[in-house]
Amino acid sequence: MEFPKDLKYTKEHEWVKVEGKIATIGITDYAQDSLGDVVYVELPQEGGSVTKHEPFGVVESVKAVSDLYSPVSGSVAEVNDAIIDSPEAINEDPYGDAWMVKVEISSQSELDDLLTADEYQKFIEEEK
Amino acid sequence: MVPFAGWEMPVQYTGVKEEHLAVRASCGLFDVSHMGEIEVSGDRAIDLVQLLITNDIERVSDGQCQYALLCRDSGGVVDDLIVYRFNMDRFLFVVNASNAGKVLDWMREVQAREDFSDVDIEDQGGQYAQLALQGPASREVLRPLLDADPAGIGHFRFHIGLIGGDIEAIVSRTGYTGADGFEIYLAPQDAEAAWKLITDAGSAHGLRPAGLGARDTLRLEMGYPLYGHELGEDITPMEAGLRKYVRFTKDFIGREVLERQAREGCGRTLVGIRMIEPGVPRQGYEIHAGGEKVGEVTSGTFSPSLNVGIAMGFVTPGAAKNGAEVSIAIRGRAARAEMTTLPFYGK
Repeated sequence: MEFPKDLKYTKEHEWVKVEGKIATIGITDYAQDSLGDVVYVELPQEGGSVTKHEPFGVVESVKAVSDLYSPVSGSVAEVNDAIIDSPEAINEDPYGDAWMVKVEISSQSELDDLLTADEYQKFIEEEK
Repeated sequence: MVPFAGWEMPVQYTGVKEEHLAVRASCGLFDVSHMGEIEVSGDRAIDLVQLLITNDIERVSDGQCQYALLCRDSGGVVDDLIVYRFNMDRFLFVVNASNAGKVLDWMREVQAREDFSDVDIEDQGGQYAQLALQGPASREVLRPLLDADPAGIGHFRFHIGLIGGDIEAIVSRTGYTGADGFEIYLAPQDAEAAWKLITDAGSAHGLRPAGLGARDTLRLEMGYPLYGHELGEDITPMEAGLRKYVRFTKDFIGREVLERQAREGCGRTLVGIRMIEPGVPRQGYEIHAGGEKVGEVTSGTFSPSLNVGIAMGFVTPGAAKNGAEVSIAIRGRAARAEMTTLPFYGK
């Protein structure tokens, strides 16, 4: 299982890639593996707002349904519509093609408590 | 792995979708050793069996099996089961793991109250492991292993013989997937060897080990009921659409209520639902029609064969109409769907 070092992570199993004011968000390899075959995704509208620790969407596999929690607050700059039509991309390429939303971050200080790859990996080992 | 009725069960090996599609295209092997087995034997075994089950075991011959329901006097279902008829003096009930204890209690209660103390009821759950080999390639996989031609075992018939030359087994042409296939009962100590023989023989045919997840999506595509969802103590076979497994030409416990329902109708009807809009219906979601709640989903999933959300659920009888549009309340959203006949797959 992979956890790229250049990403930040949450305990709800999302990853965040921060580039300037934009945070790209998706779910981790561990999350997609636990869910199994993803068959359905619900994402917010472009221009909408998301709030840190609040659900912003839903990812659903054959087995289970799971909320997506936003790692940051801000406005939705871009939505990856391609994964709505091809949700299996979330299993195949969780850190690449299957990014979910790009958010314009409203407060940089919210990034402070995100986990590093090592911290996240340690967290899921404890959770198992 | 998840705990299930005291067993540790695999939900999936390689992925629900892959395992599901393997069963539809070639075959899958399930370890369903959790299923309960109860033997009924003795000179009057046939009479007790007939009193307990809604179906008529005298309509089949020795060496055949039959799907049936066990009802309370109220018509509510204690369990659904397969009855194996060895002969008129010996039957095997294969029941759900989670119900095995209460089925045994119920059988003994009926035995006492109806004066069948001369009939033997034996819990044999510990004596059998069960493997289910399911899918169109099952016959070819089993052929080199079995001491008989698997194709010669008719639908809902069974063969008592040997697997791999020396493993004693009961092999029936039955299953819970809607695919061709076999259920294999054998001694627990032989299960691992048989699993290996079958998976080795199956590798050339694309056999996949399959778990509880695929078992559920496969049965749902076929519209097969699952106890605790479409069947229960407060649900009768008539409500669950199982009329054809109920025979009023013989006597059985619960008959009075079921006969009345057959005459006068039930308070609810089990329907199939297929999503029109994206979304996966799940147990407990409300079914709406014409702006009103008409029922609730009892089982739902995403169908890997059909690539669409499917469900079963109970609705008020007036609302049940093949092809009628309904909406499913999925997390506060009303997603369009339509009512359809069962099965979803293979129509």
